[in-house]
Amino acid sequence: MHELAIAQGILNIALNTAASQGACKIIGVKVLAGELTGIVPESLEFGFSALAEGTIAAGARLSICAVPLTGLCRDCGEQRHVEKHRFVCPECGSYAIDIISGQELKVESVEVE
Amino acid sequence: MEIPVMSNILSKNDKIAAELNAMLTARGIFVINLLGSPGCGKTSLLEKTIDMVKNDLKIAVIEGDLYTSKDADRLAACGTPVIQINTEGGCHLDATMVKTAVTKLDLDAIDILIVENVGNLVCPAEFNVGEHAKVVMLSTTEGEDKPLKYPLVFRQSAAVILNKIDLLPYTSFDIESAIADIRGLNPYVNLLQVSCRTGEGLAGWAEWLKARAGDMRNHLG
Repeated sequence: MHELAIAQGILNIALNTAASQGACKIIGVKVLAGELTGIVPESLEFGFSALAEGTIAAGARLSICAVPLTGLCRDCGEQRHVEKHRFVCPECGSYAIDIISGQELKVESVEVE
Repeated sequence: MEIPVMSNILSKNDKIAAELNAMLTARGIFVINLLGSPGCGKTSLLEKTIDMVKNDLKIAVIEGDLYTSKDADRLAACGTPVIQINTEGGCHLDATMVKTAVTKLDLDAIDILIVENVGNLVCPAEFNVGEHAKVVMLSTTEGEDKPLKYPLVFRQSAAVILNKIDLLPYTSFDIESAIADIRGLNPYVNLLQVSCRTGEGLAGWAEWLKARAGDMRNHLG
């Protein structure tokens, strides 16, 4: 359900970007969605298309790229995918894992004409 | 033509949350965003907490619900300032809603502000509301699979409260599995086993709250 609020955020960024470039039509929007965010792509696409009706983004294609959850071990420097949400370093057993990707919700780019 | 952007989708909410956090920090108020499923015991926890710490801390509550003021009424009966937000179907509180509610509180009269979010483990995890700490509540009647099903909120929280521990003998809840999953997600989280019905374990929670509120005041100098 919160996908609708996120879709509104995406649309606002896309419309502002298009306006700043003087574009009259938005064809596509690329979004980065981290693994840990738990976004349901179908809900986000549905919400975006519904909100975009009546704007210059109507009919625009929303591409959602899933970003894997990657952790960096503060003790040994190992960097790898966090399997099964267990924040334990497989190399040295440390629990001091910083998330370096997989939490983001970003608009990567907007395609206009 | 493709225009690179790289903008955070929730940056507007994050900005308002950061401003609210700075304003409340400057006043020495410790802010908690309390999350959990419907029926896990969030309001019961607050009723008990307000009573337990009433001689040491003044708590105000912002109460998020889809509809009704039933929870706010329960807490108002405890004598605590409480502001109700009805989201009218919305699945989470956001920073703007909380900022508006905060204007209705006498901030000089409180040490801790607890925002009881809409009962939901998914959506509220994405929306900061100006808190210093998220606290997530899980109850033994919900099943031990919840931490791995809703990893974000368990990863982000500073404390996990496992409620209804008194009902453990009557459920098939695998507590060791739940604790292992929570520790896997958030190794250093403060994990408290409590029963809001019997009061078991709540002293540890009250101590944690007092310590965090004290840290906030000390930080203020």
